Amino acid sequence: MIKREPLVLGNKTYKDVTDDICSLVETLPGGKYFLALLTAKTLLLFYLVVLGFIVGTGMGLMGVNHPVGWGTDIITFVFWIGIGHAGTLISAVLFLFRQKWRMSIARTAEAMTVFAVMTAGLFPILHTGRPWLAYWLLPYPNQRGPLWVNFRSPLLWDVFAVSTYATVSIVFWYVGMIPDLATIRDRAKNPWRKRIYGALSLGWRGTAQNWNHYEMVYMLLAGLSTPLVLSVHSIVSFDFAVATLPGWHTTIFPPYFVAGAIFSGFAMVVTLMVIVRECVPVFKDYITMNHMESMNKIIMATGMLVGYAYASEFFVAWYSGSPYEQFVFVNRAFGPHGWSYWIMVTCNTIIPQIFWFKRARRHIPTMFVVSIFVNIGMWFERYVITVTSLHRDFLPVNWDYFSMTFFDFGALFGSFGMFFVLFLLYIRLLPAISIAEVKPIIHVGKEEVHHG
Amino acid sequence: MDKLFTTLENLLRPKGKKGLAGIWEDDHKMVEAARKTREMGVKKFDAISPFPLHGIDEAMGIPRSWIPWVTFIFGLTGCAFGTWFTWWTSAVDWPLIIAGKPFWSLPAFVPIIFECTILFAALSSVGVMIGLCRMPTIDPHTIDPDLTCHKFAIFVPEDEPGFDQAKLESLFKENGATDVRQTEF
Repeated sequence: MIKREPLVLGNKTYKDVTDDICSLVETLPGGKYFLALLTAKTLLLFYLVVLGFIVGTGMGLMGVNHPVGWGTDIITFVFWIGIGHAGTLISAVLFLFRQKWRMSIARTAEAMTVFAVMTAGLFPILHTGRPWLAYWLLPYPNQRGPLWVNFRSPLLWDVFAVSTYATVSIVFWYVGMIPDLATIRDRAKNPWRKRIYGALSLGWRGTAQNWNHYEMVYMLLAGLSTPLVLSVHSIVSFDFAVATLPGWHTTIFPPYFVAGAIFSGFAMVVTLMVIVRECVPVFKDYITMNHMESMNKIIMATGMLVGYAYASEFFVAWYSGSPYEQFVFVNRAFGPHGWSYWIMVTCNTIIPQIFWFKRARRHIPTMFVVSIFVNIGMWFERYVITVTSLHRDFLPVNWDYFSMTFFDFGALFGSFGMFFVLFLLYIRLLPAISIAEVKPIIHVGKEEVHHG
Repeated sequence: MDKLFTTLENLLRPKGKKGLAGIWEDDHKMVEAARKTREMGVKKFDAISPFPLHGIDEAMGIPRSWIPWVTFIFGLTGCAFGTWFTWWTSAVDWPLIIAGKPFWSLPAFVPIIFECTILFAALSSVGVMIGLCRMPTIDPHTIDPDLTCHKFAIFVPEDEPGFDQAKLESLFKENGATDVRQTEF
């Protein structure tokens, strides 16, 4: 008989699980952590300064020009939203498929979703050029008629999709944390810690009736998040696909964007998990090599889906017989921005092929490097889609090159500062692994002791 | 400052019921004891655990949660609201011709209607769950702080029909309870 691999290593008892996971919240972090936090915080401050300049002076500081009206802001928005999708996939879709291995990584993946969506949300607002008028995006009764928003516009669908996604993700994440926050409350010695976590836990008591409703709601949220996450990136792709522009106006965009989002998101989960495993050795018992291997398999599979989409776009451009469509694709691969296309192809379809080898899938330095390449490649994918479709219009008089300025790079790199500050604070302030979800699976794969 | 907070918390804390609690360190034995408690004729009692227990609903006779109905009804409400709102703003309140499309262009409104459906369904389900669990509560009574860690408990309130202190105590102990105590919950 084939034996099940244990999901949690080290023969843990229920008490061990609580102690291990709560230890992060209850002890002072070491010097390494503060160094990481200080670095991220410095990057965040730099980001704020860059944003201040852009908002204060105007969008002219960034690289957008006449044909290329969508630049770094939109590229980076799509990049971060995509990152978020893997978190929902792990927490909701794998939950519905009863994948028990998801339990120990779901919380952190879900946190990544929340922070990635927060980071992403700033970019379209910045892109409007007048962020102080961002509330115009919402349909509210106003003194201009009232003049309502245009519900036929994909850009407005995006406002609804991203804000619903952010709300439901935060609620899902928080509901999952309630029992664990109660655990921290009950362990607290310090009265203020007890009060703060007590308030956050909403006074959870854990009776069988409570669990009965709680489990049902958790499943319902998973069921609602699954179509939601697919809709969000489909709608992001509509931002492009609904415009009748060669290179954007493609029916393959929604599935292609969703596959790309899962691909980049899993790469980010691997990046973060490698860091977490290195910084918190006790978590290696919970986030095991099997977890990393499963995620690497998903990275390779979705990477090939994305590669298939690249190929099929070229095929359809040729098969359509439309000279405009054909021009855009030849220009995409061999035009002035061709370098970005080949970075994308190398990072997204060639490099992940190393995961055919089991040794690579289970080798931490390899997967870390590959995950970074995938992140780079997926940022360039959005660069390719946005810039190469825009920079050569139907009339050569409208042709121009897109070059990023200091402020483009500042906004791009600075956004990582925001993301990592949030993530680092989360990992020491909230239960980073779901305590209540891991406890029922600690017996999986152990020498089974049968109870009467 | 600390004293003030403690007084406030005592004032706001919900009234607990007096009763008998048994504490277990083995979840399977606790589920078994819960089944026997119910067979003894006690209908309403609490079983407290750090994680959802397999088989506890059957043992205690807890019916399937009815929250899915809330999700369904509020999902329909969200769907209806989204449909009405896009129609009313685009075709009634201030109709504008945009890209030559009809005022009431339903296919273009589907994404908005969909997002409203999900949002209403998700938030209402969570709201009802929080209400049913009688949350938020300030500093509720706990029988033992380890009940959110590695211990399991059954609590039977005194005023419950069928409450028999001596019988319950022996039932708990026979079924592996490590501790039985008079408490408030």
